[in-house]
Amino acid sequence: MQTFLLVAATLLMVVIVIPLVRVWKGPTVFDRLLGANAMATKTIVLIAMIGYFYDRIGMFIDITLAYAALGFISSLALAKYMTVEARPEEAQTEEKDE
Amino acid sequence: MSDFTVLEWISAVFIVLGIGFMLIGSIGVIRLPDFYSRTHAASKTDTLGILLVIVGLMILEGFTINMGKLAFVLIFVALANPIGSHALARAAMESGLKPLLFRKEEWDGTSVIADSKKPSIGKKSKQSPSGGSA
Repeated sequence: MQTFLLVAATLLMVVIVIPLVRVWKGPTVFDRLLGANAMATKTIVLIAMIGYFYDRIGMFIDITLAYAALGFISSLALAKYMTVEARPEEAQTEEKDE
Repeated sequence: MSDFTVLEWISAVFIVLGIGFMLIGSIGVIRLPDFYSRTHAASKTDTLGILLVIVGLMILEGFTINMGKLAFVLIFVALANPIGSHALARAAMESGLKPLLFRKEEWDGTSVIADSKKPSIGKKSKQSPSGGSA
């Protein structure tokens, strides 16, 4: 079972890296936020799997809960901040590039 | 691999299914053409994949206190992940990002979000799609 979990965690690491492409070349800032959010939510599972390798699943589940709460709150705060940030630029970009 | 017990087989099936869903969601995030369809790909498949993998880990763990803590993680992810995606899509909609309602060739690209790398389809004109086609 340890070998299976090791292979599954390695595959999961490959899956986590894939949305980094969207963070790199997203056309808008919201695409970048979406890619970062997708990576953060998948990392929750990876941390919980790493706990089985060290046989200290109790401690790693606490880390998982804290990480999930942190990612959720930061995602909400960044979404709120970007909403306020993009509104004044709306009039400027309409005039600037003709 | 052949010395799995029955519970370990069930848990392995759940984990493989969950990682498969997450792989499909990741491919959708980089392949789909529009922000809102990317939100559609990222939020739902991620939530289902995480729930499946955590259920697999709960089956592997058995009836201990850690199973309860994993259940807390499961409930939290099932609540928080759709709320986060909804907040992001709502922020984009309130900032004036238009959804892609036409085929990509005839779309005028009226996104007003300032960014360094705009898509090349957005450089042509700033009219709305209805006004541009007339």
